[in-house]
Amino acid sequence: MTALPEGLPQAPAETFDCRKAFADTLAEVARANPRVVAVCNDSVGSSNLNAFQKEFPDRLINVGIAEQNMVGVAAGLANGGFVPFVCAASPFLTGRAMEQIKADVAYNDYHVVLCGMSPGMAYGELGPTHHSLEDLAWTRAVSDLTVVVPADPHQTSGAVRWAVDAARPVFMRIGRFKVPAVTPSDTAFDAGRWVKLRDGGDVTLIATGTMVSRALAAAEALAAAGIGARVLNAVTIKPMDTETVVKAARETRRIVTAEEAIAVGGLGAAVAEIVVQHEPVPMRILGATGFAPTGDTAFLLDHFGLTAAGIADAARGLCG
Amino acid sequence: MRPAEQEMAAAEDLRTRLRTADAGERGAVLRSAARDVRVTILKTIETAGMGHVGGDLSVSDILTTLFLGVLRLDPANPHWAQRDRFILSKGHCAAALYTVLAMRGFFATELLSSFMAPMSPLNGHPNRRKVPGVEANTGPLGHGLPIAVGCALAARLAKADWRTFVVLGDGELQEGSNWEAAMTAGHQGLSGLTAVIDRNGLQQGARTEATSALEPLDDRWRAFGWDVIDVDGHDVDALYDVFTAPPGDRARCILARTVKGKGVSFMEDRVEWHHKVPSSDQVRQAIEELTA
Repeated sequence: MTALPEGLPQAPAETFDCRKAFADTLAEVARANPRVVAVCNDSVGSSNLNAFQKEFPDRLINVGIAEQNMVGVAAGLANGGFVPFVCAASPFLTGRAMEQIKADVAYNDYHVVLCGMSPGMAYGELGPTHHSLEDLAWTRAVSDLTVVVPADPHQTSGAVRWAVDAARPVFMRIGRFKVPAVTPSDTAFDAGRWVKLRDGGDVTLIATGTMVSRALAAAEALAAAGIGARVLNAVTIKPMDTETVVKAARETRRIVTAEEAIAVGGLGAAVAEIVVQHEPVPMRILGATGFAPTGDTAFLLDHFGLTAAGIADAARGLCG
Repeated sequence: MRPAEQEMAAAEDLRTRLRTADAGERGAVLRSAARDVRVTILKTIETAGMGHVGGDLSVSDILTTLFLGVLRLDPANPHWAQRDRFILSKGHCAAALYTVLAMRGFFATELLSSFMAPMSPLNGHPNRRKVPGVEANTGPLGHGLPIAVGCALAARLAKADWRTFVVLGDGELQEGSNWEAAMTAGHQGLSGLTAVIDRNGLQQGARTEATSALEPLDDRWRAFGWDVIDVDGHDVDALYDVFTAPPGDRARCILARTVKGKGVSFMEDRVEWHHKVPSSDQVRQAIEELTA
C-alpha cells in the first residue's frame, strides 16, 4: 500500500459543509478587494451570506427570485468593473439561466463567478426538481467557462481566492453535503491541475467533489485486496488535466470515474474523450443514471452506487 | 481596424458641430446624420445580402441621436472606465449599431462592407470581443435590460456619474427576463438607467398586438416603478431632449413611437421587411427617397 501524502488527514472523521468555507473566504476576499460583490436570488440564507450582508450591505445585491435577471445583472456589474459572485442554488442558477450563462457571461467573456450552491443531490428529499445533476454537462459544454468542483473546505477556499483574480468566466459548485477534508493543507488551488491524493499502478480512480473522499476509501479497500489504486481529485472539469489523465491511462491501464452528477456529459465523459483519443483503456463511469427516487442525499448516493464500495466494485470489475 | 485619420477628423468635426450647435442647428445636423446612417445601412445590407433592415431603419434616429449627440464615449479608448454604457438589446439590428459606431470613430467605415462576411468582426449580432464600442453580445432577446441594470448598479456602487442606456425592441418585451429586470430597476430606483423601447408595433411574424399584446405599455412600466416618457422616435430634437434631461429618482423608460422601415415608402410598417433583403433596384429606389 502506498503511504498517504504528508499533510493529508489520516483518519478523516469530521465532515464539513463547504458553504461555510465559501462564505468565510468570500468575506475575506471582499475585505481585501472592494470590487467583490455578491449577487443572489433570495438565497442569502441558503448561500450562507448573512454575515456578508451584515458586513457589506451595499455589496450584496438580491434581485429576488429571478435567475435570468440575476446572471444578466452580474454581467452588467462586471462590465462596470466589479467582480460579482453569483450565489444561487445550482439547479436554478444553471437550469433557469443557462442562456444567460452562455451569452451574457461566457460569450461576453465577463469575469463573473457563478457559484452553484448545494449541487448534485444535496437537496435529497426535495426531489429531482431541486437536484442539480445536469450542471456539469451543461456548463462544460459552454466555451470559455472554467468549471470548478472543490472537494472540501480547503479547496473551496482556494477556489474562491483564485476566482477573484481569475479574470475569466467561472462556474463553481459549492457543496452542502458534508464531506471530510481530503486536500493536503499545502496544496494550492490550480485550475486545470488535478491533485493526486494517492498513487497506485493497477487502476486510477478519478473523482470530483463529494466523491473524492469515497474514492480514497475505495482505494483503501482495494489495497487490502492487493489492488493498487491511484486517486485523482478532479478539481476542474474544465479545463481538464489532460496530461494527468493520459499518464494515468498509460500507467494504470484502467480508469474509474465518480461524480455526483448524471453519468452523461460530465467528468466521466470528459475523461473518456481524452482516453479514447490518446490512450484507450477500459473505463467505468459512475454517476446518477436517472431522476432520483425519494430519499436523503446519503441514501441517494447509495442508491446510485456512489459509495466507496460502489467505486471499489467497479475497479475490481476492471481488474478482474 | 482603426479609422483613417481623415475619418477620425470627420467624426470629431461632427461631434464639435453638435457640441457647439444651438438647438435648431443640432436638429439639422442630426437629421442629416440619420439620413447618412440609413443610406449606409441599406448599402451594408445590400453588400452582405443579409440583415434586419426594417428594425435598423426603425431605430436609426434613436441610435444617431444617442451616439452622435448624447453618449459620453472615447472612441480612442473604448474601455474608458467613465464612459456611458450603451447596450443594444435588439442585437439583430447590428448593422445600425455598427454604422453609428463607425460614424462616431470607433472603426473605419470601410469595415462595414465586410458585414457578415466570413471571419469579419462584424457578425450578424454584435460581439464586444471583436468590435470596439460594443458593450454586450446581444442577439437572444430579453438579455439587454438585465445587463443594463447591472451596469447602472455598478455606476451607483462606484459612485460614478456615467449613465446606462439600453435600446429594446417592442416584440422582445414578451420575454419574461425583461420584466424581472424591470422589477429590479424599479425596486432599486435606478435613476442612472434609461431604457428606450423601439415601439414600431411589429415583430418578426406579425403585429405585437396580434401576437401577445403589450399595451397598455406605459402603464405596465409605471406599475414596475419607472418614469415613462412618450416620444416620437423619429424626431431627433425630441429624442435629444429626453435623452439629455437630468435624471430623476427612478429608472426612465422612453417609449419611442417608431415606424418599422422608416424612410423607405415600400418598407414602412410592413412586417415582411423584418429581415427581407432588398434587391439592388430597391436599394437604389430607397436611397433616392431618403436623399430626395
